[in-house]
Amino acid sequence: MIVQTFAIASKDLRSELRTRYAVNALLMFVVTSVATILFALREDRVSTDVLSGMYWVVVFFSGTAGLSRIFVGEEERGTALTLRLIASSSAVYFGKLLFNCLQTILLVLAATVLYLIAFPEFVIRSAALFAATVFLGSLGFAAAATIIAAIVAKAQAKGTLYTVLSFPILAPLLLTVIQTTAMALDGAEFSAALGQFQILFGYICAVVGLSFILFDYIWKD
Amino acid sequence: MVSLTRRVIPPDFVCEKSVNDKSMAIMTGTIILSAQSLGKKFNRRTILDNISFYLSAPSSLALTGKNGSGKSTLCKMIAGILEPSAGSVSIRWEGQIGSAAQCIGLVAPYLNLYDEFTAAENIRFLSRIRSRMPNEKRFRILMEQVDLWKRRDDEVGTFSSGMKQKLKYVFALVHEPPVLVLDEPTSNLDDDGVRFVGNVVEDQKRNGLLVVATNDADESSWCSEQIHLGEHEL
Amino acid sequence: MKIVKLLSIVLISFVLCAGIAVPMVPQPHGFFQFPIIPGLENKARNIFFHVPLAWTAVLAFLVALWHGFRYLRTQDIMHDHQSVASAGLGLMFCLLATITGSIWAKFNWGSFWNWDPRETSIFILLLIYGAYFALRSALASEEIRARLSAVYSMIAGVTAPFFVFVMPRLFAGLHPGARGDEAGSTPVAQLHMTGPMRIVFFSGLLGFSLLFFWLLNLRVRVARLEEQHSINLQP
Repeated sequence: MIVQTFAIASKDLRSELRTRYAVNALLMFVVTSVATILFALREDRVSTDVLSGMYWVVVFFSGTAGLSRIFVGEEERGTALTLRLIASSSAVYFGKLLFNCLQTILLVLAATVLYLIAFPEFVIRSAALFAATVFLGSLGFAAAATIIAAIVAKAQAKGTLYTVLSFPILAPLLLTVIQTTAMALDGAEFSAALGQFQILFGYICAVVGLSFILFDYIWKD
Repeated sequence: MVSLTRRVIPPDFVCEKSVNDKSMAIMTGTIILSAQSLGKKFNRRTILDNISFYLSAPSSLALTGKNGSGKSTLCKMIAGILEPSAGSVSIRWEGQIGSAAQCIGLVAPYLNLYDEFTAAENIRFLSRIRSRMPNEKRFRILMEQVDLWKRRDDEVGTFSSGMKQKLKYVFALVHEPPVLVLDEPTSNLDDDGVRFVGNVVEDQKRNGLLVVATNDADESSWCSEQIHLGEHEL
Repeated sequence: MKIVKLLSIVLISFVLCAGIAVPMVPQPHGFFQFPIIPGLENKARNIFFHVPLAWTAVLAFLVALWHGFRYLRTQDIMHDHQSVASAGLGLMFCLLATITGSIWAKFNWGSFWNWDPRETSIFILLLIYGAYFALRSALASEEIRARLSAVYSMIAGVTAPFFVFVMPRLFAGLHPGARGDEAGSTPVAQLHMTGPMRIVFFSGLLGFSLLFFWLLNLRVRVARLEEQHSINLQP
């Protein structure tokens, strides 16, 4: 099953490298939304709370643009049945999860670089805290996005539905990472955010565990 | 249920046996495909009701019936990509429970390959996902038979629908499945393609199991057994 | 069900009468007087309606979740009918709780919405209900609709409790009984409630819960009749 998982993730990676569909959409979304924020702010100084909030808003909505492709694409091209024929559903789930983790980490990196360039106030004063937050945040984000994408792929009006379904699921995660990112920008101690990391870790385990159990019901017709 | 029995066995247990590159005769073994009172409903509408059959290699089965009589639905359930509402399908290969992923080759209009990959990549990636080593020799033989060997490094998106159909045969046959399920076997194919399908069918009938879903009288005459679907139509 | 119906009517009538009519005095004596809570005064009466409504909204979600789970186990479409009926009622109770809370907040805190932890939580619950129905309407096949909405409600059911841990770290609560409220730091139900108040309060909880089960039963019966009707239409 591990072999299958990696085979599926590498298939998706190669497909993405060839078509660049999701990556382009994600990056363009990051760029345009950051530009919009810059237009709105002009010379205003913003607090770290607002900055970290806007940072995750950009990540959330960019994810909306790209992360659901992972299942929607298979369903639209009629290759979902091919995958169902040859791979076990848990391998499909973990393969897609792995690929979505990669995508989210890339997305978060791009957003970080852009923020560092665009906002003079966006200074990472506590690098370890920031890295841990962003890493755990990405994993949690990818975990929720994967299972919601699998659900959305079976429905009509896929684009809008993804946002509607994912927000209530992601809200506890978003609130936590926004707070922890602000702490990292303010230069808080790593140990000050241990409680938040527990929440993030618990969230990831809960979502991945439940998704793994329930994926069969979504994937099979 | 089908999925349950299948999950008991790791999906790659059967593959070890057929990896050796010999002709299809190797898999004569005993392959048994059976269905026990299969039924399927969509939105409370009964599509299939109480279908049972028992096939032991070498044998072949034609599924006939009007449009909407449930031929494709039955094919999907045999291939394990659709859960039945009632009953179950079981595959036994050499006395053990076989997984659909390893035992079944399926050619069907709703089973597509990846447009952004070349023909060779498609087969290679899909073999890997099936957790088998891509069998290059057999791939080459099949590609030459369908006249696509020269186009192996072209993206499938550039193929015509007939060429895609031929490539689906390569995908379905490359792992030498003991059960071959063909849904609308000759759609989009030219004369050469139809002849190729004829050969494949003869081979499969001799050495394994063949299931053909069709409306064409010629095609259903390939098979020794026949199930006519649609008696319970509304 | 008749008993449930009668009991819920009796209890809610009792809560309506007692909750509105019983006078509030500084030093309550006897059964027919409530104490005055400093800072809340007569606005405290909302506790008899708002809290049971919010409780029922959560209860309805749990019932929908449970029947979703049962559907996945049994594939029996009746569980989906239960689930969707419960979610529909839950949405109604959730809206009513939001409205009663919001009006109360206007008079007590000065604005309709303050992003207090519990307001945020009920807002997320509203969003979950909204997403649940948006998902259902986007799925054409009955079986897939039942299956996916059950899965979604279970995922939401697992992530929503994280608010319990997330919220206290983020906001100072405004709710009576929440941290930061000088009136006290214990949960609402134990806050300055005398015996008679508790009787009315718990009658409210029970009454609205029973009302929910009665309405749920009605809706499921309607769904069952519709199902039989559609089967009869098929020759």
